[in-house]
Amino acid sequence: MQLQNKRPESLMDVKMHYCPGCGHGTIHRIIAEVMDELGIRNRTIGVAPVGCAVFADTYFNCDMIQGPHGRGPAEATGIKRAKPDTIVFSYQGDGDLASIGMAEIVHTAIRSENITVIFVNNAIYGMTGGQMAPTTLIGQKATTCQEGRTAKQSGYPIKMCEMLATIDGATYLERTTVHNVPGVIKTKTAIKKAFQNQIDGKGFSMVEVLSMCPTNWGTRLDNPSEAVKFVAEGMLPVFPLGVYKDASAAKK
Amino acid sequence: MAEKKLMKGNEALAEGAVRAGCRFFAGYPITPQNEIPEYMSWRLPQAGGAFIQSESEVSAINMVYGAAATGVRCMTSSSSPGMSLKQEGISYAAGADLPIFIGNVMRGGPGLGNIAGAQGDYWQATRGGGHGDYRTFVMAPNSVTEMGNFPHKCFEVGFKYRIPSMVLTDGLIGQMMEPIEFTTPEIDPKTLTEPNWAIGVNKGREKRIAKSYDLREGFLELMVNERVKRYKQIEASEVMYEEKMLEDAEIAIVAYGISARVSVAAMKLAREKGLKVGLFRPITLWPFPKARLVELSKRIKHFLAVEMSLGQMVEDVQLALNGRAEVHLHAKPGASVMTAEEVYKTMDAIVKKGAKEYAAAK
Amino acid sequence: MYQGIRISGFGGQGVISAGYLLAQAGMMEGKEVSFFPAYGAEMRGGTANCSVVVATDEVSTPIVSTPDTVIVFNEPSLAKFEPMVKPGGLLIINSSLVNSKATRKDIKVLYVPCNEIAGELGNAKIMNMVALGAFAAATGAMTIDAIAKALPKVYKKLKPEVIELNVKALKRGAEFKLN
Repeated sequence: MQLQNKRPESLMDVKMHYCPGCGHGTIHRIIAEVMDELGIRNRTIGVAPVGCAVFADTYFNCDMIQGPHGRGPAEATGIKRAKPDTIVFSYQGDGDLASIGMAEIVHTAIRSENITVIFVNNAIYGMTGGQMAPTTLIGQKATTCQEGRTAKQSGYPIKMCEMLATIDGATYLERTTVHNVPGVIKTKTAIKKAFQNQIDGKGFSMVEVLSMCPTNWGTRLDNPSEAVKFVAEGMLPVFPLGVYKDASAAKK
Repeated sequence: MAEKKLMKGNEALAEGAVRAGCRFFAGYPITPQNEIPEYMSWRLPQAGGAFIQSESEVSAINMVYGAAATGVRCMTSSSSPGMSLKQEGISYAAGADLPIFIGNVMRGGPGLGNIAGAQGDYWQATRGGGHGDYRTFVMAPNSVTEMGNFPHKCFEVGFKYRIPSMVLTDGLIGQMMEPIEFTTPEIDPKTLTEPNWAIGVNKGREKRIAKSYDLREGFLELMVNERVKRYKQIEASEVMYEEKMLEDAEIAIVAYGISARVSVAAMKLAREKGLKVGLFRPITLWPFPKARLVELSKRIKHFLAVEMSLGQMVEDVQLALNGRAEVHLHAKPGASVMTAEEVYKTMDAIVKKGAKEYAAAK
Repeated sequence: MYQGIRISGFGGQGVISAGYLLAQAGMMEGKEVSFFPAYGAEMRGGTANCSVVVATDEVSTPIVSTPDTVIVFNEPSLAKFEPMVKPGGLLIINSSLVNSKATRKDIKVLYVPCNEIAGELGNAKIMNMVALGAFAAATGAMTIDAIAKALPKVYKKLKPEVIELNVKALKRGAEFKLN
């Protein structure tokens, strides 16, 4: 591993608003490092979501667009088809991608749109203050399921990588985590591959990154080290890490 | 002169957009506008552009939002129920100052309504439709030829002022065939200069962002007010209308689109029967030709709004005239078309009532 | 000159293409024209109708509410469209499929056995041409020749011999004269 002690050029020199212990900052940096290493900053367009990462347009040092909640993959599709020379990535949270934007992500995968999606799964709505997400675990407390999520009331957490793996158009799907150092390293490898696939014209790639939300996971978890433990003990059993699909070699 | 060609309104709109430089289209099937995506599906690839049949209208408008941000001339189309779904993206495009172009081929509503032509989406089109303070440049063609030529104007205004634009038409004009004459020049997008706000490949300029939000205190107000300035310029210089036989008219029909076509027949019928009737046809619905109506009201004291809705455009006539003249309404909601005879009867009643009031006052 | 026409019948009887053809022919003769198909239910077996205007002046409305001529290919269309014909106007009835007679006395009526004639010519599909031939001859709104010239523009994939057959059908229709 190469030591990185300076800010990547692809990251703006500004203060981020993310809470202490949140995973977004780490994931932003990984994407920025990948953009630097692949030398694609000047032709990359990032699509910022609605949610905690809404300000991503001000953090990445490349052209950005910010649009409606859940529609990132549609915007990315429009950009990529209009300007095939660009590298387009959509950065989305779980409410954005797996709830309101479910149709967009599924059909973008079906079309094998040549884009990269970074899906940050922290099992909660952060920006709006801790409501239940489509990936909230059974028994996990949220402001709209205060006694904990029940399957009877709200069904089950959605497993996006598993679901999208059934789609012929999906080229590369991997779930990683940023709650520990090995996870961060693997996340970077996965994200780099997801961008490389796009450069090589191989179609739809998505990396699902499990991440922490110490602020909105409730008082018991309101500290970063407890939050890290929740990812390891709560989320990993439900959202196992790994490559769910890799047709990169088969696709041209 | 080129050989005249019979063309469907919907196809003329699609071809007109391509001729005006459109190179990206995303849409979802809905009657009565299906000829537009069908036409674009083969025509755009032929012209070096891209076509996508999206999974929904919501997705289509957001694909267009993304494409527009790159500075490409792009379009989506739909009909009433689908237009309701597109409002989210239109609002964002207005907020991000992106010149998307929309074809709205109105059908009966509310709800699923029916598939016949109607004019019930006037409010939605001219009042914003989506959330927030914004305007859309709206043109209403009344013929296949105008369907083919208006996209040019929409793109021109859209890019000049950075505003979403719309051709608001209906199932009748969309489905009918007429000889078409393209009078606007054919534009090769390669000859257009890339706008200085377009995101894309960066050859050493500042980073660019397309977005509609600003959470910093007071900044959204500045952003909207800057937009208001452009809206005022559009109101001052982009108003379009047509007048027929208003010189000696005692009643001015005000009608747009297909209603204006029927109104021409009603006007001719009325003239045959001795009523002095003329027609005022707003071509831009926003900006609405208010100033010209005020001028006309110095001479004409009766204005009759004729529309295939419960009475939507009539409110713009009332707002423009602000009590300067009497405003009447011939409304035909529910996706049915008024006949010239019906409109004539309304005018006859206005005149007779006027005569009675005159006699009573004497 | 102004001629507003309504054509109505089952979907698949060539209602829409007959209207399109009249508009094309009128345009090629230098007239102002419009063609409006009632859309949505024009599947085979459903009902279909269309409006055509051929005029020397600008066409005000493309929807013909009081037609100068109505052509009906089937029974339900007679009931629906007979009342609309302009007094003194023309009603052409496909007597092969329509058993009822017209009831109005203030219009001209022409009974043409379109299907039978098409059958005699050996192609059931060209029954609509028989009706158009009758229309052209009875109204003088356009010539058989003009319609014949428009045929390849509307039916782009038809072989020359089939076009020829269509022209024959037009001519047979034109033999039906008003009393």
